Amino acid sequence: MRKSSIFLIFILGCTLVLSLVFLDAHFQTAGDLPFLRQEIKVVETLKLTDLCLTTEARHTRHPSQADWHSPFQSHPGALDHFPSGAIIQPPETIIKGYEPHRQ
Amino acid sequence: MSHIVNKQRNILDFALSSLLRRKGRNLALVTVYTLVVFALASVMFFTQALKKEAALVLGATPELIVQKMVAGRHDLIPLSYIDQIKKIRGVAAVTPRLWGYYYDPLIRANYTLLVNDTYPLPEKTIAVGAGIARVRNAHRGSKINFFAYDGKPVVLQVRGILSEESELLSSDLILISAADFRRLFGIPAGYATDLTVQVRNQKEIATVAAKIQQFLPDTRPILRDEIMRTYEAVFDWRAGIVIVVLLGALLAFLIFAWDKAAGLSAEERREIGILKAIGWETADVLQLKFWEGLSVSLTAFLLGIILAYIHIFLAAAPLFATVIKGWSILYPNFRLTPFVSFSQIAVLFFFTVAPYTVATIIPSWRAATIDPDQVMRT
Amino acid sequence: MIELRHIRKVFNAGQPNEHVAVDDVNLAIGTGKVTVLRGPSGSGKTTLLTVLGCMARPTSGRILLQDREVTSLPARFLTAIRRKTFGFIFQQYNLIQGISVIENVMLPAYPNGDSLPALKQRAEKLLDLFNLRPKASARVEWLSGGEAQRTAIARALVNDPQVIIADEPTAHLDTKLSRELMEIVKEFKAQGKTIVIASHDPIVHDSPVIDKVVDMRDGRLIHSGAA
Ligand SMILES: Nc1ncnc2c1ncn2[C@@H]1O[C@H](COP(=O)(O)OP(=O)(O)OP(=O)(O)O)[C@@H](O)[C@H]1O
Ligand SMILES: [Mg+2]
Repeated sequence: MRKSSIFLIFILGCTLVLSLVFLDAHFQTAGDLPFLRQEIKVVETLKLTDLCLTTEARHTRHPSQADWHSPFQSHPGALDHFPSGAIIQPPETIIKGYEPHRQ
Repeated sequence: MSHIVNKQRNILDFALSSLLRRKGRNLALVTVYTLVVFALASVMFFTQALKKEAALVLGATPELIVQKMVAGRHDLIPLSYIDQIKKIRGVAAVTPRLWGYYYDPLIRANYTLLVNDTYPLPEKTIAVGAGIARVRNAHRGSKINFFAYDGKPVVLQVRGILSEESELLSSDLILISAADFRRLFGIPAGYATDLTVQVRNQKEIATVAAKIQQFLPDTRPILRDEIMRTYEAVFDWRAGIVIVVLLGALLAFLIFAWDKAAGLSAEERREIGILKAIGWETADVLQLKFWEGLSVSLTAFLLGIILAYIHIFLAAAPLFATVIKGWSILYPNFRLTPFVSFSQIAVLFFFTVAPYTVATIIPSWRAATIDPDQVMRT
Repeated sequence: MIELRHIRKVFNAGQPNEHVAVDDVNLAIGTGKVTVLRGPSGSGKTTLLTVLGCMARPTSGRILLQDREVTSLPARFLTAIRRKTFGFIFQQYNLIQGISVIENVMLPAYPNGDSLPALKQRAEKLLDLFNLRPKASARVEWLSGGEAQRTAIARALVNDPQVIIADEPTAHLDTKLSRELMEIVKEFKAQGKTIVIASHDPIVHDSPVIDKVVDMRDGRLIHSGAA
């Protein structure tokens, strides 16, 4: 088979997979609707204001409720202070309490 | 028509043959390029899905929350404020909220404790989020020890576990009775964490908020719109991970582009000269370069996007989970709803395939416009 | 019939290093004839070939292809004419490294938009003609000098050109291969093709197939006559 045929078949195959991906996304989203509705209900009844993405610090657990200064009062390892916050670890004494148990 | 198709296929054949000559180099190129697209697409899928879900779900959040501020920090709010707020025109109802954080020294995790009146719990009992149930190994009937503000132990029994399906919202939640909450944190009667305000006419929320601030200057109203906006911005381009990924991708791309721009070797230049000499037009040479660039970038683009989709939506974003987790040990196990759109794909296409393809063509442009007779002298 | 009228080619015109490579050349090249350009190095043979083959435009003068003026045509048309009318055999072969012999041979035909099977058939026929069939899918850098030369010739012929232009085709060949080449030239001539060769190799000049030798010096023709 000529090279361009192989390549075009490959690209077509990938495009097909990508369409399947979109189809999957479509059906997943549709299938998730009851579950999303339930989430909305949880927010409504519990009067929640934030997603539970990370429990690392107050202002990351409840970004919308944070004090104005909380990023500076909270964990020094927070990503706010990029790149230092993302790269430099906070002092040993502070992170100790947050670290998982290590045997 | 078939003439044009034949011509392009012939040129594509030659472009692929050309690429296959430096198999190792071009394979490495496609691999790195795929990784770049994968990283960019992963960030995009993840943040977009998260934002979309946040926008959808948090639409049901209280329309107005009033917090008391003391010295720049959020403080307990006196219940006497309720009546003052109720006096403002347009306010339908004011409800106090009781919530706060509890640090569990045993497993070194933070919980969010919350009192909810819709499902009142008997005293000494709690309902815990699925994440807590997991890290504490708790189930119905388990007893969990807490330490009150004064150091006295408080034992609470798990009465229920919140649905795993809503873990993105409730993983670290503990629902608790008001009495236990006050005992645990020593919050005097007559105070709440904050107040939620219901407004009769949605259009008046901002006016009501302004009035509250006017009458109670030590408070801070938080509007639903602000909450939504917070989540719009939470993973914007300034967020740490996003920047790391974008910078990485940009760097990788610059290396490519530089390699391309500087990489039009004497060999490649000579080849272009030969093609011109045997009767290829400048446009034909540029089409060849276009196919060369497109076959590399399109391959990387398609593979990168498919891998990113698998990573984010089928494998639950393992790479980002570790990043978001940070120092915390309580991390929600959530599966994102795959909100993906063609416009995202189009943006990615525009930022990955287009520049690379152009970067392949541009340096060849000059070489392709040389006079064909030059090749007679090399 | 190709006619050159008052062809002049100046490099770096108006600059201190201005150089007149071809000066006032008038020449008629008969259809189906073998013409040889002869002259010392730097006399302008290659330059004249490029002008003749529509690869470069003359600074002044006119070229007529079958009585059609081509000097003033836009570049695109000129390229198309060149691709279909002329086949070039370069001094350095100028094959594209890393790809197969047959691909090299087919390369000049790609922009024509012929279908690949037809093109392949044409190329295979040429490879048969030059005993290169077993090497069809070999990479060109593995070829011997003679094989590379024949590949280059096959490539020059793939568009079935009316005119074949060869610049020093024997420069890298030993006597035996040079004589073989002249046999091939003879074959072309028998097929009615017009051939123009630039060379200072006696094997070429003394070959009986030559119809006309043109002597050049300092860009001018000094003598033209039958061989
Ligand atoms: N692009 C150019 N710019 C300036 N001078 C050039 C250029 N190309 C050729 N020349 C000059 O034109 C003259 C004629 O060159 P040409 O290559 O036609 O000679 P030739 O007869 O083919 O010589 P040889 O037998 O060595 O191949 C030479 O002096 C050469 O230096
Ligand atoms: Mg020469």
